[in-house]
Amino acid sequence: MSGLGAPGALGALIARDIRLALRQGADSMMVIVFFVLVVVLFPLGVGPEPAILGRIAAGVIWVAALLAAMLSMDRLYQTDHADGSLELLVLSPLPLELQFLAKAAAHWLTTGLPLIIAAPLLGVLLNMRAEGYPVLLAALALGTPSLSLIGGVGAALSLGARRSGVLLSLLVLPLFIPVLIFGVSAVDAGLTGLAAKAQLLILGALLLGAAALAPWAGAAALRQAAE
Amino acid sequence: MAQFTGSGLSSFRGGRMAFRGLDFGVGGGEMLHLVGPNGSGKSTLLRVMAGLLPLAGGQLQWDGTDLAEDRDGHRARLAYVGHADAVKGELSVTENLQFWCAMAAHGSPNGGADEAAGLQRFNLGKLADLPARFLSAGQRRRLNLARLAAIPATLWLLDEPAASLDSASVATLEAEIKRHLEAGGCVVMASHGRDPSDSMVLELSQYAGGGMDFEDAVP
Repeated sequence: MSGLGAPGALGALIARDIRLALRQGADSMMVIVFFVLVVVLFPLGVGPEPAILGRIAAGVIWVAALLAAMLSMDRLYQTDHADGSLELLVLSPLPLELQFLAKAAAHWLTTGLPLIIAAPLLGVLLNMRAEGYPVLLAALALGTPSLSLIGGVGAALSLGARRSGVLLSLLVLPLFIPVLIFGVSAVDAGLTGLAAKAQLLILGALLLGAAALAPWAGAAALRQAAE
Repeated sequence: MAQFTGSGLSSFRGGRMAFRGLDFGVGGGEMLHLVGPNGSGKSTLLRVMAGLLPLAGGQLQWDGTDLAEDRDGHRARLAYVGHADAVKGELSVTENLQFWCAMAAHGSPNGGADEAAGLQRFNLGKLADLPARFLSAGQRRRLNLARLAAIPATLWLLDEPAASLDSASVATLEAEIKRHLEAGGCVVMASHGRDPSDSMVLELSQYAGGGMDFEDAVP
């Protein structure tokens, strides 16, 4: 069996998911609008004190990014499951683990990447100091793909469950905590003038770990769901 | 010649035995018709044959090789048509078919896929650029079936493929099946009602598990 066609098939899967996301543009837009709204709520809630906002900016942006990523997660496999595409994907000769990676990549491109682009604007809104931005972007760039991977496992596991959106949050949010901790502490280190290298390396390690383990768990869950 | 056989098959569905002690054999150029009343396990057997459902007992073989040892090879040779049509409303008719062709292109031993042939043979040419959400139920089914004509596969597993098709499309499907059989392919098809005159028939109700519970069957 040759692996020659694999990149083409993976590309087709990523392209299809991106195309679907763009054509039902409301879904992707909603994630970004939700992200912006949550962040905008904070100055209203804690008061417009610039010093306080500047201190909590990193945490607020990260938590809002986690929640926004969650929001988009349940549609990752839901429609494929409902319309029978999942059965055919499971039966296609392309290894399901690779398909899981492709779906996670497409999810990241349609939600993670827009979140990263929107984040600096929200940093300005929260009076984040300039030193924080490079680290914030680097941390988000390393952290959000992990969210897509871990969330993908949760989305696959919660397929077919009633109220799968709620179940998904319960399954996945605790697993997002390490990403949150090191994501925020990287930005804090950047803001206080310390090196953020260690935190970024840990975020990178989390991403590698997720990329290595999530496909196996996700593929097993998808096979189960296709029964 | 390809030979797809199963011996002593049994399977559970929802904690109940769907069938047990079931044997079948289908060779190249042959078609096996699964018949039986609703709930007799036709769909379950097809899903077991596809590898979507695990076997509770028995063995499935292709040319004498146990399928459990060659899952990849089995997926590369089969085309499965289930109850759901796997059609994305946001994509055009062509894009839907192109996607499945691209997915099948990996590792297919039988050469490349040809979506133009699929569209043309199932008379979807005029609808090619239409977003699939505007298709009727019968047209969606035809788009699903167009995979059969577009993607080379040796073994076709068809679960009520004629559902919601008009008579012209049923004739198209029958012609496609005939062409596939003449080319040496295998077909296993579940249907109720139609008279399967020129093919082997497997009556599923005689293998019924008698509604036996999972707990009773497992020692």
